Amino acid sequence: MLSFPGSGPLWLSVQLAAVTTVMLILIGTPLAWWLSGTASRLKSVIEAAVALPIVLPPTVMGFYLLILLGPYGSIGSWWVNLTGETLTFSFSGLVIASCCYSLPFAVQPLQNAFEALNRRDLEAAWTLGASRLDAFFTVVVPQSMRGFLNAVVLSFAHTMGEFGVVLMVGGNIPGETRVISIEIYDKVESLQYTDAHRLSAILLVFAFTILLLMYTLNRRWQRKRIPG
Amino acid sequence: MSTSKNISDVIGTVDFRYKLNRTDNSLDIDLKIPIRGITGIFGESGAGKTTLLRCIAGLETPITGRLAVDGEVWQDTTQKISRAIHQRQIGYVFQESRLFSHLNVLGNLEYARRRAVKFQSGNAVEFEHIIDLLDLTHLLNRVPDKLSGGEAQRVSIARALLRAPRLMLMDEPLAALDRVRKDEILPFLDRLHAELSLPILYVSHSIEEVCRLCDHLVVIDRGKVLADGEIQSVLVNLDLPLLAGEEAGAVIEGTIHAYNSEYDLTELQFSAGTLLIPGRFGQKSTPLRLRIRAADVSLCRSRPDDSSIQNIIPVTIDEIQSGHGPYALVRLRAGSDLLMARLTRRSSDQLELKSGDQLFAQIKSVAVRR
Repeated sequence: MLSFPGSGPLWLSVQLAAVTTVMLILIGTPLAWWLSGTASRLKSVIEAAVALPIVLPPTVMGFYLLILLGPYGSIGSWWVNLTGETLTFSFSGLVIASCCYSLPFAVQPLQNAFEALNRRDLEAAWTLGASRLDAFFTVVVPQSMRGFLNAVVLSFAHTMGEFGVVLMVGGNIPGETRVISIEIYDKVESLQYTDAHRLSAILLVFAFTILLLMYTLNRRWQRKRIPG
Repeated sequence: MSTSKNISDVIGTVDFRYKLNRTDNSLDIDLKIPIRGITGIFGESGAGKTTLLRCIAGLETPITGRLAVDGEVWQDTTQKISRAIHQRQIGYVFQESRLFSHLNVLGNLEYARRRAVKFQSGNAVEFEHIIDLLDLTHLLNRVPDKLSGGEAQRVSIARALLRAPRLMLMDEPLAALDRVRKDEILPFLDRLHAELSLPILYVSHSIEEVCRLCDHLVVIDRGKVLADGEIQSVLVNLDLPLLAGEEAGAVIEGTIHAYNSEYDLTELQFSAGTLLIPGRFGQKSTPLRLRIRAADVSLCRSRPDDSSIQNIIPVTIDEIQSGHGPYALVRLRAGSDLLMARLTRRSSDQLELKSGDQLFAQIKSVAVRR
């Protein structure tokens, strides 16, 4: 790993984004699958809850998470009993907070992909001897690759760029919770504009590249799908 | 009419009993069909044909239901037995091909073959044989998007066969195709019938398809069975308004006796004599199935000797059914076979037709199965 001012926080952000993305795909896939197929009245409630982080100020989300994850909060106290450590101001706490914060960015693209899927193909797979799980991995997943790509890219990029929630829940502990966005904030506060410039440029280029990649792949896939 | 009771003593059967109550679809069926040959499930759209197949496949959950294939119980709601869909050894051919768009043709076929390996008892036909049977060799590397409707349906039939099914379910596999594509697939279905000993349940609303393909026929209306039995006997059942329309007719079996190359006519022998049919259909003593539409049969009191119609057969009236608008349907005995004639009620009255009358039937045209 290259070492330069701010490389530690950058690396921490990448780690946080990677772990969060993996967690979100694991949680988001079954949730999105359920949402895409259910006729339950709970559907709208869950959809609204999942979408909350898009509209809520990060400080509001951060505030509630701080209380929930804190040593006297319901999740936080349980965690203290389990591990002897507090969730707030720790990397684990950041992962949980990021999962909540980036949830819509994983669930919505997956749900869209699952809803666009031809469910008749699934029936065909079952009659060909595939169990539900088998058919999910051999028919649903390959036919929803665009959704998965979008979910991964958006969750990763969104987690890389989060600031408010991290500040509320994680604070600013070097090597533990000081991620790239907070480092930039620090640099600007202490008038170290050169470092702030460099880190901001890295994030800008990263965000643009990854989104460009996603939109390019999306277009190519779309073209391939259209017959003729 | 029901021959199924005797059949069950000789060879295996598929037994099913389904009850389903829905606003859009209800079903109340108790049937036993032979586990060989093609059994047609005939009825108008909305009669419950598709629902019945979906129940057998496990895609629908009936209120009560029992399904036994060759003595093996796959479902019995009274005993809370129900095999999961993927554990029922069925091959399902849907109206649309439902090929997986992310796999090419070979990938689609392999998908079924890999999952069939676990069955030893099924009709495991060799991969190459099936590819050959449906003429797919040149299509293996194509993607489904690049197939014509007929090609896609052939792949879909092959895929269902590779699953090593004990029972094939075909839900109007030709309905989504145009005339030309239909004619392209029908010979493949004939081959399937001739070369594989696989029982097929074939859902259709086309009498023509049913007459060509099926050995056994079940007529369904509004979720209930109106008739079932050998196709020859069900087709001439005068109590079935479904079969009394313009497409009413009979099916007879005969053997080729000779071929006249000068006129390109084949002489076919059946229980009541010989018929001349245009074209050449095979070697002497090859069995042939003919469909004779009731509308193509007319009746005369005396043998006409100045008619352009070549096929004139002595017949005896078995039963007359009037009351289909302007028409009367007449069931005729010709040797040991039964034919049907569709006349206007007026001409039936003018000829004073009644059961037992001996007449001559003029057959204007016939359709040959093979």
